[in-house]
Amino acid sequence: MLSTRHIIEMSDMTPEDVLLILDTAESFKEVNERRIKKLPTLRGRTVVNLFLEPSTRTRTSFELAAKRLSADGINFSASTSATVKGESLVDTAETLSAMACDLVIVRHKYAGSPRMLAAHMDAHIINGGDGMHQHPTQALLDLFTMREKLGKLEGLKVGIVGDICHSRVAGSLIPALRMVGATPIVIAPPTLLPARPDVLGAEVATSLDDVLPDLDVAYMLRIQMERAEGMPFPSVREYATLFGMNERRLAKMKPHAIVMHPGPMNRGVEISSAVADSVRSMILDQVNAGVAVRMAAMYLLLGGDASGTAA
Amino acid sequence: MALLLKRGRVVDPAVGLDRVCDVLIEDGRIKEVGENLEAGNATVIECAEKIVVPGLVDAHVHLREPGYEYKEDIASGTRAAAHGGFTAVACMPNTNPVCDEGSAVRFVVERAAERGKVRVHPIGALTVGLKGAALAEMGDMLAAGAVAFSDDGKGVQSSGMMRLIMDYAKQFDAVVIAHSEDEALVGKGVVNEGAISTRLGMAGWPAAGEDIIIARDICLAQLTGCRLHVAHVSTAGAVELIRAAKAKGLRVTAEVTPHHLFLDEDAVSGEYDTNLKMNPPLRSAADREALVAGLADGTIDCIATDHAPHAAHEKALEFELAPFGSTGLETALPLVVTNLVAKKLADWADVARWMAINPRAALKLPEVRIEAGGVADITVIDPEARVEVTPDFFESKSANSAFLTATLLGKATEVFVGGRIALRNGKVVD
Repeated sequence: MLSTRHIIEMSDMTPEDVLLILDTAESFKEVNERRIKKLPTLRGRTVVNLFLEPSTRTRTSFELAAKRLSADGINFSASTSATVKGESLVDTAETLSAMACDLVIVRHKYAGSPRMLAAHMDAHIINGGDGMHQHPTQALLDLFTMREKLGKLEGLKVGIVGDICHSRVAGSLIPALRMVGATPIVIAPPTLLPARPDVLGAEVATSLDDVLPDLDVAYMLRIQMERAEGMPFPSVREYATLFGMNERRLAKMKPHAIVMHPGPMNRGVEISSAVADSVRSMILDQVNAGVAVRMAAMYLLLGGDASGTAA
Repeated sequence: MALLLKRGRVVDPAVGLDRVCDVLIEDGRIKEVGENLEAGNATVIECAEKIVVPGLVDAHVHLREPGYEYKEDIASGTRAAAHGGFTAVACMPNTNPVCDEGSAVRFVVERAAERGKVRVHPIGALTVGLKGAALAEMGDMLAAGAVAFSDDGKGVQSSGMMRLIMDYAKQFDAVVIAHSEDEALVGKGVVNEGAISTRLGMAGWPAAGEDIIIARDICLAQLTGCRLHVAHVSTAGAVELIRAAKAKGLRVTAEVTPHHLFLDEDAVSGEYDTNLKMNPPLRSAADREALVAGLADGTIDCIATDHAPHAAHEKALEFELAPFGSTGLETALPLVVTNLVAKKLADWADVARWMAINPRAALKLPEVRIEAGGVADITVIDPEARVEVTPDFFESKSANSAFLTATLLGKATEVFVGGRIALRNGKVVD
């Protein structure tokens, strides 16, 4: 059992919760490798995917996770929901609540919206990404991948590179790494750093090349290349020169060190194709882990235990 | 009608008064102040154990009429003012239509005369439609009853435009009230930039976005000789700038809101409570301390609430979508009593200065003194009354208070506006 009803931000969970999710995900990962990838554990439970912001990867991952646990999954997306007609999030929450859903996965472009949902409905909530705030299941699947590839989490040095200040992935990954005894180091031009990275628990570095030899993981964030306001760096070319992961930089890393990316990636910008497609890249492993970790999160929130079988 | 306020502790530093005595009111004016006055045919109002001060003034409120009557109107907003102990309010022009011409000012004056519980002093817009592009008709608005000018809610972005405004206003010796916000720096900021914006994952509103404009406007006040009143000061940097401007002898005054004095950014917890979303945002603990110190040493002249009512459905939105603002009229005095007077950080003379004397001076309103011949605008305060800030407590149409659920000490029990009873035993008189 988890100590929390919801997975909205990392601080909802204890380190024990985090490890319980990772351990449970291991047994689900095994299920995902079978020919018949389905368990009856959440039969009769209703899971709503409330995606108020376009998303294919995360939504698909949650959808698959729900289906593989035999839950009844409903998609309530931005284009079909009443929110485009001006319905408030509170009304949407109360509507879903009246339909007696068990679990709602929410993605929305405004920070704090999963907390609003939680305040207005009885269902469990999983935050699938809220504005620039957090994306906790991404952090969990990243921890899963790191532990699987490097054999441990404690003591790891993880460099998170790129657009830290707009990244909900970094918003969850930094505190998540702290919870398991790893050290997050954010590496970015100052124009892409939040005001107080220390508040999240991150150390700060500005030179990627200086830090690389110490890292166990280089975690590359997606760079947003079109902005209405001023670009936070002079050109994509200069960004890639200073902060992009390429073969030359990969060669500076420890032999066991890995490269990760939450996707979708800009090849040739934050990561070169050669690195993205190399054996050191864990990008598809992360995607694979995502389904298992989300199965574990859903299963544990809806009352399962670590064995992954009882319901 | 004659009234005799009996045995209250009468405090008015403007006339050097702080003693237990009686105040006799007749025909809207104070007839006599002294001990053991004869009631004659006057109605006696027992004020023992209470504080009697010159009527409080709120120099910064949003009454929302015309255009947003579902949030507040002149009737409900002035009821809230009376309930909070105020005898007068100055209302901002960001209504719909904007109060940017004489006829709009006249509407407010007339509506207030018909339905207002307390005095209403309209503040006209600086620029047409608050757009910052063309001067509004200040002369006409002054003639119609405007007391000062502001584009509150929006800062004047262009330094050239602000200079033009101040040059023009100077011929009337009119007060220009600045909403200090550099939009290029503030962007979509919704909370103080720093720990809280980082933790909550929302765009930050940096202190520099306020300080830069205040520094600019102080320079322009020096250049033009115009009177400048800085609205809702929220940063330590702004306090320093204003302190330096006053030391130079510039005609600069400033106000601070109760929420900036008594709350800091840490109140905006992980619950994303939209009642704590205001503009400027709640700042750091260090800023808050500098504001309290600035008020104490006279750098900040007065407390003004920036009473900003919004309907429940508007505040029940995602934090980044909800409108800025907290109501303030009904909690300001209890907050000051609870946080400053009861803790001996201020005395009643300070309260009179911050909430009655200085705001009148800042807005060039006629003085109100507790002395024979003075206008009978008077507030009576029970310093021991308990206030539970619940949605039911408010006379305002809106309950979006940053202090909901607080329990406070100290409340106005009587409010007299020109000798007329607006509040009696803590209840608004219909």
